[in-house]
Amino acid sequence: MAGSGLMKQPVPDSEQVGWFSADPVAALTRRRLIGCLGAGVGSVGLAAAFADGGDSALRHFVPRARRVIHLFMNGGPYQGDFFDPKPLLQKYAGQRPPEADLRTERRTAGLLPSPFRFRPCGTSGIPVSSLLPLTGQQADELCVLRSTWTDNPNHGPALLLMNNGTILPTRPSMGSWLSWGLGSENRNLPSYVVLCPGKPVRFSILWTSAFLPGSHQGTYINHSVPTPEKLIPFLRNEAAGREMQAAQVELISRLNRHQLSRTGPDGQLEGRLQAMETAFRMQFTATDAFDLQQETKATRELYGEGHFASGCLLARRLSERGVRFIQVYYGDGQPWDTHSDHNRQAETLARSIDRPIAALLQDLRQRGLLDETLILWGGEFGRTPTSENGSGRDHNHYGFTTWLAGGGVRGGMTYGETDDFGFRAVQDRVHVHDLHATMLHLLGLDHERLTYRYAGRDFRLTDVAGRVLSDVVGG
Amino acid sequence: MRLAVWILVLWVVCSWVSADQPVRFGRDVLPILSANCFSCHGPDESERKAGLRLDLESEAKRVHATGHPIAAGDAAASLVVQRINSGDPDLVMPPPDSHRTLTAEQKAILQRWIAEGAVWGRHWSFEPPMAGAGIPAGSAGIDWLVERFLSERGLALREPADRYTLIRRLSLDLTGLPPTMSEAEAFVSSDDPRAVERLVDTLLAREEFGEHWARMWLDLARYADTKGYEKDLGRTMWPWRDWLVKALNEDLPLDLLTEHLLAGDLLPHATDEQRLATAFHRNTMSNDEGGTDDEEFRSIAVKDRVDTTLQVWMGLTAGCAKCHSHKYDPLSITDYYGLYAIFNQTQDADRFDDAPTLELLNESQRVRRMALQGRQSELRSRLEESRESDAAGDDQGWRTLMLQRAESQGGAKLQSQADGSIVVSGSRPAEDVYTLTLGLERGSLAALRLQAVAGAGAGVEGVGRNPADPNFVLSELEVELLVGGQWQRLELVRPRADFEQVNWPITGALDGDFKTGWAVSPRQREPHAAVFELSEPLQLSEPSELRLVMRQNYGNSLTFRRFRWSVHGGPAAGLQPLQSSEKTRGLQAELTAVEQELSGLVSGVARVPVLQALAADRQRETRVHRRGNFLDPGDQVSPALPGELRFGFEAGESPTRLDAARWLMSAQNPLTPRVWANRIWARLWGQGLVETEEDFGALGALPVNPELLDFLAVQYRQDGWSLKRLLKVLVLSRVYAQSSDVTAQLQQQDPRNVLVSRGARYRLSAEVLRDQMLSVSGRLSLKRGGPPVMPPQPDGLWRSTYNGQKWVNAEGEDRYRRGLYTYLKRTTPHPMGTTFDGGSGEVCQIRRIRTNTPLQALVVLNDPASLECAGGLAKWMSEQSERRVERGLQRALIRPVLPSEVAALERLQRDVQQVFAEHPEQSVALLSGARVERPESLSESEFAGFIVVASTILNLDEFLSRR
Repeated sequence: MAGSGLMKQPVPDSEQVGWFSADPVAALTRRRLIGCLGAGVGSVGLAAAFADGGDSALRHFVPRARRVIHLFMNGGPYQGDFFDPKPLLQKYAGQRPPEADLRTERRTAGLLPSPFRFRPCGTSGIPVSSLLPLTGQQADELCVLRSTWTDNPNHGPALLLMNNGTILPTRPSMGSWLSWGLGSENRNLPSYVVLCPGKPVRFSILWTSAFLPGSHQGTYINHSVPTPEKLIPFLRNEAAGREMQAAQVELISRLNRHQLSRTGPDGQLEGRLQAMETAFRMQFTATDAFDLQQETKATRELYGEGHFASGCLLARRLSERGVRFIQVYYGDGQPWDTHSDHNRQAETLARSIDRPIAALLQDLRQRGLLDETLILWGGEFGRTPTSENGSGRDHNHYGFTTWLAGGGVRGGMTYGETDDFGFRAVQDRVHVHDLHATMLHLLGLDHERLTYRYAGRDFRLTDVAGRVLSDVVGG
Repeated sequence: MRLAVWILVLWVVCSWVSADQPVRFGRDVLPILSANCFSCHGPDESERKAGLRLDLESEAKRVHATGHPIAAGDAAASLVVQRINSGDPDLVMPPPDSHRTLTAEQKAILQRWIAEGAVWGRHWSFEPPMAGAGIPAGSAGIDWLVERFLSERGLALREPADRYTLIRRLSLDLTGLPPTMSEAEAFVSSDDPRAVERLVDTLLAREEFGEHWARMWLDLARYADTKGYEKDLGRTMWPWRDWLVKALNEDLPLDLLTEHLLAGDLLPHATDEQRLATAFHRNTMSNDEGGTDDEEFRSIAVKDRVDTTLQVWMGLTAGCAKCHSHKYDPLSITDYYGLYAIFNQTQDADRFDDAPTLELLNESQRVRRMALQGRQSELRSRLEESRESDAAGDDQGWRTLMLQRAESQGGAKLQSQADGSIVVSGSRPAEDVYTLTLGLERGSLAALRLQAVAGAGAGVEGVGRNPADPNFVLSELEVELLVGGQWQRLELVRPRADFEQVNWPITGALDGDFKTGWAVSPRQREPHAAVFELSEPLQLSEPSELRLVMRQNYGNSLTFRRFRWSVHGGPAAGLQPLQSSEKTRGLQAELTAVEQELSGLVSGVARVPVLQALAADRQRETRVHRRGNFLDPGDQVSPALPGELRFGFEAGESPTRLDAARWLMSAQNPLTPRVWANRIWARLWGQGLVETEEDFGALGALPVNPELLDFLAVQYRQDGWSLKRLLKVLVLSRVYAQSSDVTAQLQQQDPRNVLVSRGARYRLSAEVLRDQMLSVSGRLSLKRGGPPVMPPQPDGLWRSTYNGQKWVNAEGEDRYRRGLYTYLKRTTPHPMGTTFDGGSGEVCQIRRIRTNTPLQALVVLNDPASLECAGGLAKWMSEQSERRVERGLQRALIRPVLPSEVAALERLQRDVQQVFAEHPEQSVALLSGARVERPESLSESEFAGFIVVASTILNLDEFLSRR
């Protein structure tokens, strides 16, 4: 299995073999192609240019993490229900003191206390609410960023800022930046996989590679169906043998590259070439990677039932196989967008994430993967401590909670504070750009130096902002 | 973060604003103001700070108590300039907590603009498009503008693509299908100087043209074959799709097309076709889930119509104005609901049956229906007459009893008629007991007769009261005679009826058991009668009264609708209930046949949901939905076009959908021609001159080459909104004909070809990919129109729990129809579509964002449909007399191929053949998967080799791309 510890073995590019060159017997190239199935390691993208220097060629720092799992609560969870207790809400329930008089997307009324109790968890004692009893047991792994904030209170722009580092729908997603910057650890699978049981709002723009080469785009998989064959339509070719298809794909690639050499450079075509090769290898690796039936009963029980549980378990399997960036969207549309009947919805939502998250942390730790896998949890924004229509909560971009775990972050701590009511981040504020900068840092990348020149200027994931949160980056 | 916006905008702005050109408001100034100032000093009244609006010239240039925001010609005196340059964090604008900052260049632009006189204007796309002076007309104008644009950037047009590439490009762009190699050869070798133009004319005249361009419209129209939401049941929309294809092929100008789509039903003497066109806005989803509020989903559909209309024609995103006034574009919440009020006046209301619908009969069906309806009414009146004459014969010796009193236990009304029959009306209980008191004359009394009268009335055709099943069940009959002031029960015997339903004999009405009785299905639509004998005949010396109790306990309103009682003096033995004459029976049989044919005719006919206006006195009152909530009505609004977007168009009071259509297409509207010219451009070049095709508002992208966009917009409108003429102008330009090959310099200077520095190259759309593959394989069916079809898809995708709808893989030619005809279920579109960026038809899709994933390669590599295409191409190759692989490759790529390419494929073929020879079972599997018969002349392994070669060809990127 292509685990994290494997050394890189660059695969000679077929172009180097030369179209009109001696033409080694087809069987040889075929064998070579099949051969890389076994090793399954290579590097593409910018990192490929440094192939000789190994995986860290591009790295600006010593990396702590090798990959990221982003547990994305699309719609925006309410921070005050989970990791940011605000006892004063009770006292001022129904009132609207000046600190709570902030404008959000819709009009909200007085303060609405969260009914859920908090207790100190783990040896660190950071408070986690009763909604997440099992996750609470993993509190010592969590680095809770209570003071995250973003620019815009609407879903579309906030989704884009969190995923693409900008509200403009024309920039590469963070997964694409990572894939491009670090290359793939496993040429048999896409380096960037997006799991969602349905379609999130804004859909594929959230994992676009934009102007980065097309091969770094997220591969979206609707994992609401149970088996690899249904997850990935047309994964297997029943009629063609593996060896034969290898020969075929080999030839297609060579003809394509020949075509590319005749018509001039084309990033999209390059991307499609790589996609074709990945696709071929996926036929053999994806059935394995996406097959949850291979897990023991004990493991499956550890994660529990439901789409999110399957997503977390798939994320672990993909982590083991060296996928660089794995996003698990909570659900179709924006399930966390609780404009009404918030408390009841929050309970249901919390129940469906608690066990899977706890299991993922535990499982990665047991397998020795947690230290090299950075987990990021959160939504595109938070929700208001004030009520909307009595029982709902509106979007809140002023302050909300995200947390990091694994990947070299300091666990068992909270960072930053919101105001007395948990509305606005007031201390050690963490803008989304800061979050991105910190994430890149943990992966060994300097967010100011990870640039791509396009249309006459250098672009970055963090635009012209972002600071690394040195306090949360473990020593 | 805002900085990011600014750096991009600046990049564009800087390329525009040169020192020797005056600053232009819409292009240079407004983007700065709208992104930085309008959220607090703009149209949204609830957000406005300091009572200041900078979006209105009068307000911005007025002297306020706090100062003079914009003093035209005097930058230093302008408050705006002072505040943007202030070093005081409490004064500087934008304020620090807005996280917006102006760059030095932006500040300079604002100052220069004020100094130059602060000439006001509107957002660039709200200003009328102007075709610049001195620009040649038609294709030459495009070339002139692009060449000038490129030369300003040190670039020039690329050399033209070779003729093979050009014919493939033109065929794919205009018809969605590739040319054949022989068409290509003829084109290449033609020495006709007008060969290209002739080719374009031929392609535009093909019916495949309409099919291809309809796909763009279907995306815009959120077309699907199901209703959406949870149940997502099927719905008949395809006749509208067929109408659309026809309209495009006939080149119905966009202004007329718009009127048809939005308001065909409101046109004078609207034809069925014009009414059918309005199904455009019935593509909205409807929710059949139990317990949903129809009004909620009706109002969502109406909003969708408003949003889609503004998006498709004016490139404006109206969604935000549902809840609050638009923050950036001049569309207030009242404007929004004014438009809503226009679209709020149709009869549809999220009903299960999708009413109102249009029945689509073809001409012969129409003629047949007329004939049948005529025959039906004739037969009905003849049957009536015949029954009356039968009754006259039967009535020999019978005396009709007249009703004195009647009572219905269930509260129905019983009324006696002139002919002595009793009609039941009013409330319709499930069960009923009629108690009748009837006058009886002197004389002998031996038998009673009950006649159930059939015929139309109260919407019922039959003898019972339930329109769905006009049967009756006489559970029990009791008869009493008034003798000396006392009611005396009479015993009835030997009952007989003209007809008895199986298990429901007339004797059941006399057996004292209320669970048994007399019924007449399946002949409940004919008259019936029953005769009852008295056990002992009576002789009355005085008039008396009879009391009859008719119990009808079955339920389901199987009760008598109209009936008559009569008596006979005897002898009773020979008396028969009503007997139909042979003539009556013949007429009845014929009528039944006619009615069956009629209902069969109508049930097979497509019923398409359409727009139908509510009557003038039934118009809905519209109120603002506060915060977008339909349950929270605010101020009342009248139908109106949005004030700041009318552009001088006058619609009069209470505009209708037809007025809205005319407003969209009016000569004053600056957006429609730009949005449409940009859209058509984007369908050819793969991206628009305005990249955000969906947003021409303040937050949308700026046009890369604004003069070109305006030129095309004006051209389109002046050419009578003819899509075919616009396309012809576009594709005959040298800009279009450029080679798509890229040089290192171009890659550096224009990596995404936004400057149009070369021909466009992009991966084909889902439908074109499929069609092209089928075409090359020789399997493509060009059968046109009709209900959608189900080409193979992986098993188990459809998980419909409600209606047992199933995806049944089509056989025969329906398996190989164009992608346009593939069944689109909103919750589960065909994976070929979703994998290649097709939509689900749930909402209007302005453009498909092109993605690139390994899953796409898997489809082309492994989808059984691809394998079947490979089978087709293999078969075609094997039938060639010579150079089979070479010809196969040419057939797909439409160009002469290189010996090295052929040699590589031939070697693959030999290798593969060898593998198959060693594993014969594999070739059997391959051949059966490819659904192809092996030619006699080839061995299985040889032929399998051809299939693998064909599959390889179909996977080549060059084949999958338009270039």
